Amino acid sequence: MRDTPLSNCERDFLLKAIEEKKRLDGRQTYDYRNIKITFGTDYGCCFVDLGKTRVMAQVSCELVTPKESRPNEGIMFFNLELSPMASPAFELGRSSELLVKLNRQLERCLRNSKCIDTESLCVVSGEKVWQIRVDVHMLNHDGNLMDATSIAAIAALSHFKRPDVGIQGDEVTVYSAQERDPIALSIYHMPICVSFAFFQQGTYLLVDPCEREERVMDGLLMVAMNKHREICSIQSSGGIMLLKEQVLRCSKIASVKVSEITDLIAKALENDKKARKEGRKCGFAESMPQERITALKNLETTVEMTDLTKQASDIVEGVEAPAEMALSPVVPAPGVGQVGAGLQNAWGLEDEEDDEEEEDGDEPEVTIVAEKRGNKKKGERPVVIISDSEDSEEEEVVILNPESS
Amino acid sequence: MESCLKVKVGAVLLPGDVFTFIKTDTISLTESLKEEKIICGPGLQRNGDDVVVCKSGVLRHKNPNLYWVDSQQRRYVPVKGESVIGIVTTKSGDVFKVDVGGSEQASLSYLAFEGATKRNRPNVQVGDLVYAQFLIANKDMEPELVCIDSSGRANGLGVFGAGGLLFKGSLGLVRRLLMPQNEILKDLEKLYPCELVLGMNGRLWVRAATVQKTLIVANLLESSENMSAQQRRTLFKRVADGNL
Repeated sequence: MRDTPLSNCERDFLLKAIEEKKRLDGRQTYDYRNIKITFGTDYGCCFVDLGKTRVMAQVSCELVTPKESRPNEGIMFFNLELSPMASPAFELGRSSELLVKLNRQLERCLRNSKCIDTESLCVVSGEKVWQIRVDVHMLNHDGNLMDATSIAAIAALSHFKRPDVGIQGDEVTVYSAQERDPIALSIYHMPICVSFAFFQQGTYLLVDPCEREERVMDGLLMVAMNKHREICSIQSSGGIMLLKEQVLRCSKIASVKVSEITDLIAKALENDKKARKEGRKCGFAESMPQERITALKNLETTVEMTDLTKQASDIVEGVEAPAEMALSPVVPAPGVGQVGAGLQNAWGLEDEEDDEEEEDGDEPEVTIVAEKRGNKKKGERPVVIISDSEDSEEEEVVILNPESS
Repeated sequence: MESCLKVKVGAVLLPGDVFTFIKTDTISLTESLKEEKIICGPGLQRNGDDVVVCKSGVLRHKNPNLYWVDSQQRRYVPVKGESVIGIVTTKSGDVFKVDVGGSEQASLSYLAFEGATKRNRPNVQVGDLVYAQFLIANKDMEPELVCIDSSGRANGLGVFGAGGLLFKGSLGLVRRLLMPQNEILKDLEKLYPCELVLGMNGRLWVRAATVQKTLIVANLLESSENMSAQQRRTLFKRVADGNL
């Protein structure tokens, strides 16, 4: 199914609003949407909600033979899926440009930054190592898929526990979860991606663009950082020219955001660990809110309203009263009736025929003077002035008023 | 038959519920046979002698004999005679292709505008918004739109949209806003002067004096979908007082 095209009026409005530093949902330029992280009952399954964008990450592991160039290191494998559930623009099976870009960025962010200790994943050097596989599925696309993906991936990796392994001589025993407690992965640091959208050739910038803002943006800058202020990767797409100061400013903003998000992930992991230790029910059934079709819940965001009541009242006073059109038939004086006053002659015969008759319904242009509400005295009816237009061949029309009663 | 429908007005029905005619074996000699006619609205379908419910929702009734099911829906299906907001996607030959949110794009002829002739083409660009009415809309053919009514006048239809914001709501919200004397619009009138165009395909367009006010009105309409009347009134009052 094709995606809805973006109309010109939406594009103009969005750009105008961004110039005035207003966003569609009332956020400030550097604000993130509400982030919600939930974990499942299995270790390694995680849902992340970034506003309405929804992403699920699942981590699994398998024993395989290692790469020949690195015989004592484990393997990390990343797989992203753009499901048609997320947006009508995504088609299943077809590898689109966006998918390739997201995949590459996730690999760079997590694998090349060496955030996971791969040597601890080695079981028998040169023969058996753990392959950690991270599958990320997009469930709803409302902008900024990359940030949500990176948060989901690193949260799932931090939550994941692999089975314990025992080696006796040549024999390798993999213990199931019931036999021995599974072991968590050793994570050095948590790299998180922060996206910046640029508009009007780099003049305006927004953090965490939503889907409509992404459609009108000129370019995107993705900065992956960890909370120790180490940059793991930077990617700029869209071909915009960025100044040095802009990139530095973005990295400073990113460091603030990353530390906030890392705290959020740590808190979510802590809550989950506590719930499991106390034996409380954990997992999606507990943490997902119940949504009923008759009682939907929308998150509140504040909308800025400054000095609007005064502006509104100014506008209302300054507006002129609309011109009063005479209804038909009109009785300007007893005994005289007027039909069709104020309307254009739609017969189209005026220029051709010589008009001789002076019927009330066939008059030349009649102008009606409108009165402002403020000046109108009580009891006065609108005054009708019949003017002679130049091309009228009629004699002057006079309305005879009977003696005032 | 009508009595068994009347009993269920206001109740929640599910697809598959059936209302059958109760055939009486004895014909009364004193009373004349009354012919009962029932008009089935959306959500109800006639199946031989029965009326079958095909959408889940609440049964509604309008005098004298109109029944329908009010259901929640965001996906639009083109219906003849409805006025919708469309986005022009392509110009090809004599025809524009317009996206209305349905399964197919609708076609809109060049000549279906007021005052348009073969030499005097209307000024419509790709990406413009049009407010148009369905001339043909059934499941077997490509839907067709027109921007004039039967007498050849525009009557509010045509290209529009500079300076406003287009957003999407559910079909039920638009129907509620289009009802005469509805509360939401009455409350909105007291707030700011603004221009609204409502398309039956769930698309709404707002324009107010400034960007800020337009955003406020758009957000208010979107959120009034899920709120009860009391919550909505308190929200509008807060906005009117200027301290949201």
